[in-house]
This record gives sequence, C-alpha cells and structure tokens, in this order.
Amino acid sequence: MSATRMQLLSPRNVLLLSQGRNELFAGCSGARVCSLTSHPLSSSPGRALSSLSATRRGLPKEKMSENGVSSRAKVLTIDTMNPTVKKVEYAVRGPIVQRAVELERELSEGIKKPFAEVIKANIGDAHAMGQQPITFFRQVLALCSYPELLNDSTFPEDAKSRARRILQSCGGNSMGSYSASQGIDSVRQDVARYIERRDGGVPCDPDNIYLTTGASDGIVTMLKLLVCGEGATRTGVMISIPQYPLYSAALAELGAVQINYYLNEEKCWSMDISELQRALDEARRHCNPRALCIINPGNPTGQVQSRQCIEDVIRFAAKERLFLMADEVYQDNVYADGCQFHSFKKVLFEMGPEYSNTVELVSFHSTSKCYMGECGFRGGYMEIINMDNEVKAQLTKLVSVRLCPPVPGQALMDLVVNPPQPGEPSYENFIKERTATLSALAEKAKLTEQVLNTVQGISCNPVQGAMYSFPRITISAKAVKEATDKGQQPDMFYCMKMLEETGICLVPGSGFGQKDGTYHFRMTILPPTDKLKILLNKVKEFHQKFTQQYT
Amino acid sequence: MNSERHNCQLELRGAGGEEKNTTLIHFTSACTAASLCPPLSLLLCFRTTTTTKIKKKKMSQQTVNGVPSRGKVLTLDNMNPNVKRVEYAVRGPIVQRAVQIEKELKEGVKKPFSEVIKANIGDAHAMGQKPITFLRQVLALCSYPELLEDNKFPEDAKKRAKRILQACGGHSIGAYSASQGIECVRQDVARYIEKRDGGISSNPDNIYLSTGASDAIVTMLKLLVCGEGRDRTGVMISIPQYPLYSAALADLGAVQVSYYLDEDKCWSLDVAELRRSLNAARQHCNPRVLCIINPGNPTGQVQSRQCIEDVIRFAKEEHLFLMADEVYQDNVYAEGCKFHSFKKVLFEMGPEYSSTVEMASFHSTSKCYMGECGFRGGYMEIINMDPEVKAQLTKLVSVRLCPPVPGQALLDLVVNPPQPDEPSYTTFMKERTVVLADLAEKARLTEQIFNKVPGITCNPVQGAMYTFPRITLSQKAIDKAKEEGQVPDMFYCMKLLEEEGICLVPGSGFGQREGTFHFRMTILPPTEKLKVVLHKISEFHLRFTQEFS
Repeated sequence: MSATRMQLLSPRNVLLLSQGRNELFAGCSGARVCSLTSHPLSSSPGRALSSLSATRRGLPKEKMSENGVSSRAKVLTIDTMNPTVKKVEYAVRGPIVQRAVELERELSEGIKKPFAEVIKANIGDAHAMGQQPITFFRQVLALCSYPELLNDSTFPEDAKSRARRILQSCGGNSMGSYSASQGIDSVRQDVARYIERRDGGVPCDPDNIYLTTGASDGIVTMLKLLVCGEGATRTGVMISIPQYPLYSAALAELGAVQINYYLNEEKCWSMDISELQRALDEARRHCNPRALCIINPGNPTGQVQSRQCIEDVIRFAAKERLFLMADEVYQDNVYADGCQFHSFKKVLFEMGPEYSNTVELVSFHSTSKCYMGECGFRGGYMEIINMDNEVKAQLTKLVSVRLCPPVPGQALMDLVVNPPQPGEPSYENFIKERTATLSALAEKAKLTEQVLNTVQGISCNPVQGAMYSFPRITISAKAVKEATDKGQQPDMFYCMKMLEETGICLVPGSGFGQKDGTYHFRMTILPPTDKLKILLNKVKEFHQKFTQQYT
Repeated sequence: MNSERHNCQLELRGAGGEEKNTTLIHFTSACTAASLCPPLSLLLCFRTTTTTKIKKKKMSQQTVNGVPSRGKVLTLDNMNPNVKRVEYAVRGPIVQRAVQIEKELKEGVKKPFSEVIKANIGDAHAMGQKPITFLRQVLALCSYPELLEDNKFPEDAKKRAKRILQACGGHSIGAYSASQGIECVRQDVARYIEKRDGGISSNPDNIYLSTGASDAIVTMLKLLVCGEGRDRTGVMISIPQYPLYSAALADLGAVQVSYYLDEDKCWSLDVAELRRSLNAARQHCNPRVLCIINPGNPTGQVQSRQCIEDVIRFAKEEHLFLMADEVYQDNVYAEGCKFHSFKKVLFEMGPEYSSTVEMASFHSTSKCYMGECGFRGGYMEIINMDPEVKAQLTKLVSVRLCPPVPGQALLDLVVNPPQPDEPSYTTFMKERTVVLADLAEKARLTEQIFNKVPGITCNPVQGAMYTFPRITLSQKAIDKAKEEGQVPDMFYCMKLLEEEGICLVPGSGFGQREGTFHFRMTILPPTEKLKVVLHKISEFHLRFTQEFS
C-alpha cells in the first residue's frame, strides 16, 4: 500500500503533473511565454527520485554518499521545497540585477571595467535615481517620528497640523503602535475623499478602503482570495503580455493559471477586446477564468487607455463574469498630449447602475510612483467595489493575520491623498516640487522615444505614461543562435552583454512576456535628464556595435 | 441542482466548524483536514463547475429577498478554501466588538465603564509606553535630512542617520533597498548576533530583513510546504501557540502538528511529548518542521539551556527543520531565568550539530524594550540552509521588492544602539532600563493578584509580555455558552468586555488542553492602570462564578 502511495504522490509525479499543466497551457495560449516552463525542467526526475528515497517521511538516512563523502541530506532541499515557489520568476530583480550588484562590488574593489559606474535602469526607483523627496511629506514624517519637533518653529503650521492629526489617530499617539488591520481610520477616510475628488464626486466608502504594504501586497492578497478549484476548474487569471512580473510570480506561487492576452504593439500597446475574447475562449478549455487584470497606465509598456477602451473592458468583464483588478499606481504619470487618466471606478459608475451595481472591481494605488516615488515606505491602498459581504469579512480576517501595514507608509499615504491646500503655507512649494518632477518626467518620456527611434533596429512606442520605455529590438539570427548556444534567451544575452560592456542594467523583454520572435527591453526613464541622455547614447552605440558584431 | 450547492456549503462549514473546537480537537482537526482535504477539494471543484454553469444559465432568475440578483463572481462558496480556514483570534470577533463598543462610547451610549482597555495584543506604545528617544531622533533625521544641520540633535544620532542614508539609493529612505535588506543593516545585525552569542560567527549573507517577524515566519513556512495527502508537510507547533502559526499553516494548506506545553510545569516543553506528537503525526502527514517560541507567547515561559539542547537533539534525530521565534529575547523577568538563543546552544553542541541542523531564527522591532510595532521591522537568520534553497528564498522575497525601509533603519538602531562613550548613551540606557524594570514588576504583580482569586491560577510570567492564566468555568457556564453557540472562554471574555470594557483573547484562540480554559492578557498597561484592570477582572471572575454556580 505504501508503494502505491509513493507512486501516486511522489514529488516526481507532482513535478511531472505540473509540467504537464504548463505544457498544456503553453499549447493553448498560442505564443510561448518563457517565464513559465523553465524552472521545473531544471530538476531532473532522476534527482527528484533519489532525494525522495532520502528524505521521504523524515526517516533518518545517514549513509548516503556524495563523491565518496558520507553525508546526510538536508531537511529542505531544492527537491523537497514548495514546488510552486520554484516556478516563481521575477525578472525585475532577476539574474541581471544580481550581476549588476556584483559588478558594482568589483568596481568598488578597484577592478577595471569599460565603465565607471553601473546605472540601474531596471526598476522604477525614483529616489535612487536622484529624484528629491517632496519636502512637505518628509517634514510631516519627521514630526510624526519625533513629536518633540512639534515645538520647533522651523516647521510650517500645515505640516504640524497634519502630523498632529495622524498622531492623534495612532494608539498612544505613536507611529510605533499597531494600527487597525485595514489601516488607520482617518487615513482611510482621507483616501475615500481623494477618490471622490478624483472621480468627479462618485461616492467612496472608507469601509471599502484597505491600506496595504505597497500595491504588491494588495494585489497578491486579492489574487489569493480568488484562487480555488483544481485541474480544469482551477482559477484562471487574465493578464496582459507584456505584463509586470509581480502578476506571473504571484500566480505561479498560488498555483493559479495564467491567461495571456496580448497588447497590440503596432497600435501603441493598446488593448483589444477581440484579443481578450480569444484568450478567454481558449482558456475556458483548461481552466476557470475568473479575473481580469489591467495595468493602466501600462507597465512596462507605458500606454494610457482611452475612456472608450475602459468602457469596453468593463462591458466585457460584465458579460463574461470576470472580477476586474485595475492596477492604477501610475495614475499621475500621464505625459502624452491628448492622453488622460480615467479611473476604472469612474468609468464604471458613469456607465450606470446596470454596471456599477454588479461589476466587482478592485483598484490599487501606491506611494511608490507618480511624483512621490517613495518606494521604500511601502505605502498603498486598494478600493474594493461590489464585493460580496461575506468575502469582504474573509478579506478583513486575512489581512489581520499580518497585523497591519507599516504605519509610516500609512502616514505617507495620508499626505499623498491630502496634500497642502491653496492658502496653506506649504502649498506653493509643494506644487512647485510636484510640477517640476512631473514635467521633467514628461520631457524624459519624449526624449527617450526620440533618441531610441533614431537607432536602426530599435523601434519605440511613445511613452504616454508610467515610468518606462519598452522598445522593440531587432536581434539577428546569428545573435539568436549564439544566445541559444549559451542557453540564454536572446534578449537576456543582449542585456547581459550591454551590462558587461556599458554598465547599464536593463530588464530583458522576456521577463515581461512578448510575442514569440520579438525582443524588447524595459528601461526606466527616471534618470536625471543629462544622465538619461548619456545613457540613451550608450544604448544606441551598444546596439550599433552589437548589430555589427552579429551580422 | 441548488441542493447540490447547498451540500457543498455544508461540508465546508463542517470542516471549518471542527477547527473552531478546542485543544485535542485542534489536533484531530489536523488529521481530519489532512484526510478530508483532497476528496473535499475534488468535490469542491466538481461542484464549482456545475454551479458555474448553472449560474450562467439562471443568472437573472436567482432572487434574494424577492429582488432579482446576479450571483457575484467571488462568493464565500467559490473563494480560496484555505483562506476560509484561517483564524486569528488576536484580532478576532472579540476585538471587532471592542472597536464597536469604543464607537458606541464615543456616540454617547451609556456603558458600565468609560473606556475600553485593549489588553488583547502586545502593543506597547498604544498602552502608553514612550518610544526610545534616540531611535526616534535618528528616524526623524532619516526622514528629513535637512535636520542634520540642526544642532538640537546629538552627534551620535546624526552619525547613525548619515550612515543609514549613505546606504540608501540616492541617500533616501524612499528608495527601494535590496530585497534581502540594506547591506550595512544586515552587517550590523550579524555583529549584534555575534555579540549576543558570545562570539559565534554570523554571516550577513544569512540575514534577511523582513516586514515584522510575521512576514519571515510565513515566508519560511511557505518554502517548506510540499507534498499531497499523507506526504503533505506537517509543522509542529506548541499548544498554546501564537495563532500566526496556525493561520499561516491553514493558508498554506500544511498540516498542523500540535505538541502540548506542560502547564503544571510552568508551560515547559517536554521531549517525550514532542515524540508522542511526532509519531502520531507520521501516520497521516510528513512532519518536517518544528516551531518553538522562546520566550513563550502566550505562555510567558523561558526555556532552560538544557531544554533547548534536548530540542536540538530531537530535531537532528528526527530530521526536522527548526524555526525559533525569539522576538521576546530581551523580555526575561524571572530570577534564575536567562535567554539562550537556539543558535548559541546549537554551536556550543559542536560541529556534529552546528554543521547539520537547519534552522531559522526570528527577531523583530515590535517587542523587547522598543515596542515599535507600527514600523514592521524584523529579521531572520538562516543556518545550514541548502544553497539552492537559499537562492530560491532570495528570489521569493524579491517579488515583494523590499521590507519597509523605515523599519530597516529602526532595526539597525536596535542592533547598534548608543555605546558608552557616545552622548546619547546615558539617556538610552535609562529609558531602556525603566521599560524593562517596569515590565518585570508588572509580570510579578499580575501573577500575584491573579493567584489570589479562587478559580484563577496563573503561572509566573518568566518572560514575554503576556499572562495566560487558567480559569475555572462551571458546568452551568459551559452549558450557557453552548446555548449561545460560543466556546466557553469566548463567552467569558465577551461578557467581561461587555461588563468591564476589558478586551482579552480567549484561550481557545491559542489552543489549550481539552476541558481547560484560559485567556491571554498583556501585562503592558502602565502599573496603576494594570492594577485597576487586574482588580476588575478579579471582581468579574467572582461575579461570573457566582452567577453560574
């Protein structure tokens, strides 16, 4: 009997099963997304089997010999760890970034390189790129951290009154106490008022606001709620390709099925309902699609969705009974003429009660992007709309296990949604700083598009919003072959070479997903204008050299 | 068709309901959950498909209270079943009621008390403990570096702030840090551990900063979970336990393996009980992990060096991964008790152990003398972890980008506080000592007062921040609770909340031996207030006993 059980439940079989699922999925989705199939293959069935006999059921196994040395297998090995964790991939901090960190260390140790510094353009980390924090925010945070400063006359009165208000809603008037699990009451009220203002008066209930540890935390929590079923009834989640890899990573970890819909690169990465329909219909054959994720403005693709497109998406979600997840963390980052940010919530409510009373929607925001760029504080919120009351109670319970989001991040979130008002002493300076950041970003978005499009073999859509450019690069067959010989994705090969030769750290398009046979990279537009110019020229020179080398 | 959906609901509730029962049942619920799970989930998906189809067909015909309604995409029936099994008593129904009562008081509703005292959670600042000045000065400097020009701040605070800022991208705590945490903070943590453990070396590469200790505990458990059915990972946790563990195990679908602490021996841990529990669990799952909380939460015991050695030997012998929750390491009050880190004992046991036993140890900024819960700072040190697994761990934490940087900065100050020759040293030591001495006094006071009440017995609070006294409840009270559909200690605590405004957590939320009842109360309120709380509870207990005798 135990032998039967072994056969049925051995890690090897689980492994094979999961591979089977991926292959099935890859076959169905039309184009292959490399992030899905690579990991399970890396541990061979033979290896899994040997470790099975070694560690199964925890029985002590003393005399295994490895290269003649007697050793006892670890409790936790690559073969006996959580298989879904192994499938997780997160390119934004993947191997290329690890190599960049290594290079930095080598430089600091005096090793000669063809460059003097590593420029990490792999991530939207504004302050690391030299963007200055908004003075008002940091004044209030200093006051909240060390309330003795409230007696200091150098701080403006509006900063003090904000700090007092935040402290009064903290237990013991200290940011060091736990907050309610859903977040501080007064902060959630301020978030609700902010959303109402943003959406032209569409009402918002603070009870529907959950503060989070960055937007990532909210997104993973929501996906976790949605996942159920096994096999063909397993929850499927629709995500765009290219996508922000938090989504694919979370789905892999949760064992949910990733359903890819492709953005149209030729039409400025726009979203097309017929493509959504195609992806959905194919997915219905092997899983139970229940959620549709949208990133607007787009990451990594920088497009800003039109109002019409959002309406179409909402209609599609209503018709196909999908839970909508709107990732709107770049809502202030809109640069292109004629583009405007429309929140899914606002459009939903403008479509009338038939939609606004039924479509289940959650929208995410964060303190990390926009003009603030305060990534380190891990502040964020989500608003849930039309969520079933019993499910909402479960959500509240689930977030309570982690006690509360970091309180300094909550305080910061409060300031973002309740900034200085006209007539307050900090107003002018705040607006000046905010405008300077956003207009510099707009300029850099244009600059990036312009410079990259002058390079033969690089084509780049306008960066309408967000913080990244995702240009398409032509990689010759010769280069593709060399990459394949090295066991690397062609765009990883390209980016790795660029890193070694120029010190510029980008993320290969394969980390976000792209149509088969196309290659891209993601680069943030955040470096200061002068540095960005140098960076773009280096990329240009590298591309020309690379093209020449592999013709 | 509709009745099919009903069946499914009933079965689910059945599984959840069993878990709500206490103690021994907690343990058996693990068996039932393990043996029930696969068929249950199969059943579930089958039923989900049918209901999805039905819903699509009958969408507009379904009615709720006569109003036609369309089923939601996400309902209690088709949400993640693991999440439904999660329970977290520390912020459970009783705390929700406490918040409600607070609101009612504010609205002028008359109650037999004027304020709600939330003794349910170890939240020091909320109880009036003052932050350590030095820590907050440095945080203010990091938040608003213009203050570095201000001569009101001591030089050592400025020096620390400059060092932290230099280690941040763009010299701002607003930049993401490395996913494992800021490098110089990890170095400081490693040096702190070396000092604490009498020179045993600690490698900064083995330190992972985290979002409070909870985050790291869940991450480690997540790595460890695999297998299905009888091969599913089992995790040994103490009963009583801190419910983060049971919640995380439910969420991950791992099997909870309960071992009981010995209340009669001051909640000590006994290897024979570990062995009993392990052997029983091997019948239905694959136990791979042993979790220890020392000093204990909710039970307040401090483990002896001998006991830790025995546990390590047991873990080696039985091939278990050790998880040592040591967030209360500075909170030791009882004479003759001392904190011994698992790492130190492990290394003192010689290379046979120190080079093989896999372990993770957790610490946090939330407890000890700091009590800075809101910053969500913490770290874990991993020992003897397989390098391939470690690479997977690093990858996994990178998805969440980084722990909150203000919490990382705070942790740096905790592991690298003012030194004797620095200007802030005297104040720092004074503040730290006052907090810890107060706590020691309150620990004694709590034990003394409770043990005077007939029907309450209380072990000494050797460490941590809680007392977990045993309460005698009469059969009449138990019957009454049953009538109200509550577990007896929940009934007791709810009544206490309604009558006295004191919010405690019933023992059933932590697990307890069947037929015994407890509550957890934090000893954190200021001494004068604590006395009032203790007397109110004593009076309530007498009244309650009389009412149900």
